[in-house]
Amino acid sequence: MKMVNLTIDGCQVEVPLGSTVLEAAQKIGIEIPTLCYEKDLSLATACRMCVVEVEGNKKNLPAACAQPVMEGMIVHTNTPKVREARRMILELMVANHPLDCLTCEANGRCKLQQYCYEYGVKESSFTGERRRFTVDDGNPFIERDLEKCILCGLCVRVCDEVQGVAAIDYSDRGFDTKVTTFMDRGLADSPCVSCGQCVYLCPVGALTAKPSKGKGRDFEVEKVPTTCGYCGVGCQLALNVKKDKIVGVTNLPDNHNQGYLCVKGRFGYDFVDSPERLTTPLIKRDGEFVEASWDEALDLVAQKMAKVRDEHGPDAIAGLSSARTTNEENYLFQKFFRAVIGTNNIDHCARL
Amino acid sequence: MATLKNLDDLRKLREQVKGELQERFGGEIKIIVGMGTCGIAAGAREVMTEILQELRTRNIDALITQTGCIGMCEREPLVDIERPGEKRVTYGRVTPKDVKRLVAEHVLHGRVVEDLVVARFDEEEE
Amino acid sequence: MELVRAHILVCGGTGCTSSGSKAVQEALHRELKKQGLDKEVKIVETGCHGFCEQGPLVIVYPEGTFYCQVQVEDIPELVEEHLLKGRILQRLLFTEPLTQERVPHYKEIDFYRKQRRLVLRNCGYIDPEKIDEYIARDGYVALAKVLGEMTPEDVIEEIKASGLRGRGGAGFPTGLKWGFAAQAPGEKKYVVCNADEGDPGAFMDRSILEGDPHCVLEGMLIGAYAIGSDEGYIYARAEYPLAIKRLKIALAQARELGLMGDNILGTDFCFDLHIKEGAGAFVCGEETALMASIEGQRGMPRSRPPFPANSGLWGKPTNINNVETWANVANIIRNGAKWYGQFGTEKSKGTKVFALTGKVKNTGLVEVPMGIPMREIIYEIGDGILGDKKFKAVQIGGPSGGCLSEGQLDLAVDYESLGSAGAIMGSGGLVVMDEETCMVDVAKFFLDFTRAESCGKCTPCREGIQRMREMLQDFSEGKGSLEDLDKLERLAQTIKDTALCGLGQTAPNPVLTTLRYFRDEYEAHIRDKRCPAGVCRALLTYYIVPELCRGCTACARVCPTGAITGKVKEPHVIDPEKCIKCGACMEACRFDSIILK
Repeated sequence: MKMVNLTIDGCQVEVPLGSTVLEAAQKIGIEIPTLCYEKDLSLATACRMCVVEVEGNKKNLPAACAQPVMEGMIVHTNTPKVREARRMILELMVANHPLDCLTCEANGRCKLQQYCYEYGVKESSFTGERRRFTVDDGNPFIERDLEKCILCGLCVRVCDEVQGVAAIDYSDRGFDTKVTTFMDRGLADSPCVSCGQCVYLCPVGALTAKPSKGKGRDFEVEKVPTTCGYCGVGCQLALNVKKDKIVGVTNLPDNHNQGYLCVKGRFGYDFVDSPERLTTPLIKRDGEFVEASWDEALDLVAQKMAKVRDEHGPDAIAGLSSARTTNEENYLFQKFFRAVIGTNNIDHCARL
Repeated sequence: MATLKNLDDLRKLREQVKGELQERFGGEIKIIVGMGTCGIAAGAREVMTEILQELRTRNIDALITQTGCIGMCEREPLVDIERPGEKRVTYGRVTPKDVKRLVAEHVLHGRVVEDLVVARFDEEEE
Repeated sequence: MELVRAHILVCGGTGCTSSGSKAVQEALHRELKKQGLDKEVKIVETGCHGFCEQGPLVIVYPEGTFYCQVQVEDIPELVEEHLLKGRILQRLLFTEPLTQERVPHYKEIDFYRKQRRLVLRNCGYIDPEKIDEYIARDGYVALAKVLGEMTPEDVIEEIKASGLRGRGGAGFPTGLKWGFAAQAPGEKKYVVCNADEGDPGAFMDRSILEGDPHCVLEGMLIGAYAIGSDEGYIYARAEYPLAIKRLKIALAQARELGLMGDNILGTDFCFDLHIKEGAGAFVCGEETALMASIEGQRGMPRSRPPFPANSGLWGKPTNINNVETWANVANIIRNGAKWYGQFGTEKSKGTKVFALTGKVKNTGLVEVPMGIPMREIIYEIGDGILGDKKFKAVQIGGPSGGCLSEGQLDLAVDYESLGSAGAIMGSGGLVVMDEETCMVDVAKFFLDFTRAESCGKCTPCREGIQRMREMLQDFSEGKGSLEDLDKLERLAQTIKDTALCGLGQTAPNPVLTTLRYFRDEYEAHIRDKRCPAGVCRALLTYYIVPELCRGCTACARVCPTGAITGKVKEPHVIDPEKCIKCGACMEACRFDSIILK
């Protein structure tokens, strides 16, 4: 692979040809602010927060996320000119964004808030028209507050490029541009599958996970890595736990599922604390379910299966395995049927 | 219209279609008919029609234009013929009958039809 | 062969059509028939002649007599005088304003004399719906030359040597661009014609498409041959129905003659074109947005690189040029790069077509050699300022361009000089403004346009233009402080530095150039609460000149707020506190005694 040498903020770095300045900077730990960049998604180059100064370019400040590296390039990511431009961009965003951080669900994880802090933007010096929208809360899991939207387009791209659903896209132009659903009918009346990828990627408080609302913000929760129990894919996720209660689920990137989840994994955790949840095996005695230990229950099942096999032969028993179990469990299950019970009557629900 | 198969076809087509534009912006032979009120009264329109007809029949590329009264009303209809590089000749009292002769003799072969001549110009005077 | 003694060329451009040329044409048909001239006089509908100010235009050949502002009522007289009696109808000739002389011939009018019509050489001369007439004017000779005698490399070298640069605004060398697309790896390549002309007041491309569509097709054929493409698109605004109609006719005729399609002129070269109608978004003139739109996506620009030459339409190498650029190609190939090099300056070769509008006497379409001083365009071709008022500014390059002041009048009109003055060549809009134009108001006008046309993708353009516009509104009402001017300048500079595409990067130009050349006017609004040009309503007061007022009470009677008081036959007075600036009094006054100041 052909390599390219460049200098970023005085540090030499060597990266493969075709890399961007942002990737090169990340390689040597130089942080460049981004709002619309996500490495798995196509480039939007929309927020313009990642602008940098490139020596020899007198025309403009290129966006680091899209600027390809060139041999001998000299890049400055933190000059007064760059900081002034970023400050101005933040002021423009804030001028059109409610400053209700006190009650905002995104408080603490909001990138706009973080950058305003870093660049000292307390409020906008621009007063004028503001976009006004009503909150779209028809979907049971996702709430959209477009007044907080900074139009980074991450939700649009993840919905299209990762989930393949394309439930949302831009409409209108210029200052009136918004992310919307078909004919502006709201998420509930759209092909949205409530996977919540958009909620996770939203850098501000425009998209909120409704089940988590008011239950704790990012800095209050402990993130417990775990495996989703819903199916054999075994997605990795982070349970957001506050005071021993699950209050939400966030992505755990860099796993085989790249952090992405489906509606069950992301929002289907309320059963954990349900009073109706079974906590021990139950055995029916005299028409009533009675609590039992695992040993009792497994013994009963083994005994009954052995009885059927002895009286009617192994083919009198069939096994149907579940897609919610892991590959390893499915392997063991068929092994058990073939080797222990002695039948080929074994199938899997996902094969139907 | 036939498909152009090669460069020659295009050249041929160009030669063929150039005519009309030449007609519009000026051919080589100039015929000027005096079409003032006096000319028309004396029958210039019929002469003009006849000239057009004759040129059409003989497929001659010429510029036919008209002019107003030049003051020689009693000699109308007046017709001027000018061939490239030759003197301009003014004919008077031209009738439709004379047109065939004018075209055949002067326009085509440069032979001045003496009996109808009113004036000759050494240079173009307009 | 049918012989026709006279041709009447009636302009069928959009300008003349809107001033009534269709009705004139019909009246001509009727009158010729009535006079029995219909066999010997032929009517030809042509494309735009450029002198739209004087439309509807009628030119009678072979004499080449140029009649202006011809109305239906004029037709019987015109036919009788010119075609029956052979007398020029003096009253319909163009009058040279300086000398008050009537000018019978096309080329003798100053408006045309100072021009160099290379791109527009056929516009107004030929019937754009007849391929024969284009061929008769050496049309498709360049294509034949390219296919017969030149390799694709030769073609690219010839275009490079000519110095032709993109006429869409940025001025990128065309030959170089073709070279990139030719070198880009890939079997499938596209050529695209950008006919999404959107600058307010600009209609160069429309006129070329309407008046000489084949020259664009021929240019694209040559370009396609040079880069190795077999398919192309013309992206034209749907608001240009006549241009699209004529393009379709031209395309059909070219196909019929085998000049478009498979094995063109018997060679291996195959090429065909699609016409894609755009839905009228200004941003779709930006090449990446244009390609997105052809692909059926929302017309939003993307970051470059990759440039279209490497990854364009559907990811394939694509070469995009605008209409005027394509229209130059056949001329260059036919006459050679050296011939082309005699026009223009060292770095800006050839000619440029401008749409000259605004407060200038002669408006219309003008084609001038590059490097011509701005003064010559305005004062000689345009014949100076309307009503002989004082020149104030000229806006070049539309909403992406800049306003130049009197100090820049002797500036050479070429890419470099304009760039250094803060403007751009742009696609060719040229709006002249006089002393009665307020520069704050002008900046507002252009920002209204870019605000509405921003695609909304990137922050600086979407949010920034809105805020600039709001600040300008404040200034025009006398609000704000002088520090706000610096803030506006910083905001404009940030947008220029950081916006994603050309639209955003150039949108602040009207603000930046008016601040640079007319800062005093901004200051007058803010500091003195005064609009020097007398345009910004919020800063004007109605005032009765006592010496002129006769005390007729007409004004007081129409004033809706009772702001005007005074005794009969004595001068009246307006109370500025009560006045709502409706202007009713001014209209009612018969003695011109009410003024705005």
